[in-house]
Amino acid sequence: MKLKVLYFASLREALGSAEELVEVPPGIASVAALRGFLAARGAGVPALAAGRNVRAAVNQQMVAGDAAIAEGDEIAFFPPVTGG
Amino acid sequence: MSVSVQQADFDPGREAEKLSAGRDDVGALATFTGLVRADKHNGGHGSGVQAMTLEHYPGMTEKALEAIVAEARRRWPDVLGVRVIHRVGRLAPGERIVFVGVAGAHRGEAFAACEFIMDYLKTRAPFWKKEDTAEGGRWVDARDSDDAAADRWSGDTGT
Repeated sequence: MKLKVLYFASLREALGSAEELVEVPPGIASVAALRGFLAARGAGVPALAAGRNVRAAVNQQMVAGDAAIAEGDEIAFFPPVTGG
Repeated sequence: MSVSVQQADFDPGREAEKLSAGRDDVGALATFTGLVRADKHNGGHGSGVQAMTLEHYPGMTEKALEAIVAEARRRWPDVLGVRVIHRVGRLAPGERIVFVGVAGAHRGEAFAACEFIMDYLKTRAPFWKKEDTAEGGRWVDARDSDDAAADRWSGDTGT
């Protein structure tokens, strides 16, 4: 399954990337599972590790970790928002 | 257009006037303007803020703000007009960041909807602030008090 993954703010800086196209293996069906998959890549990505306060959106809607993901979705990961 | 995300400054007085221009049913205009603050925080240990850069999620930001305005109108059906402006990019202390204006027949729904929109914007709209200080850049941490401010509306469906 192919997904577009976006990172913002401190997460974008930590990963050195604002956007990537990711091919995920079968079985990765939720935002939390995707985050775990991304966090485990390479030597590990501490900024995405469990315990870090990371929020997510699927197709530009803020969601909880158990939200489902599907082919072609735009998934964003970011720290808690600080506007206003 | 009730929601704008822009680099340019805005004129709060003009925005307020536009909410009631040409109509005679508006009895109350509540507005909020947020500014960049230069003071020390983080318990007084941080250094002063020299500037602030606002990052956002283009596309989602506008949708999130429109959803917040729609929710405010659902809770306070007597609201007659809403305007939300949020600036992005680099801003200096004293500059305006955000404007929320609500027109209503009476002050009750205008005050309440204005505060509700700000509280939800703080916790649900995808903006992130980075402060420039003498020691370098520093991402602003989300505050529990902002979550608490948004949560207090959760049991309240308005009138």
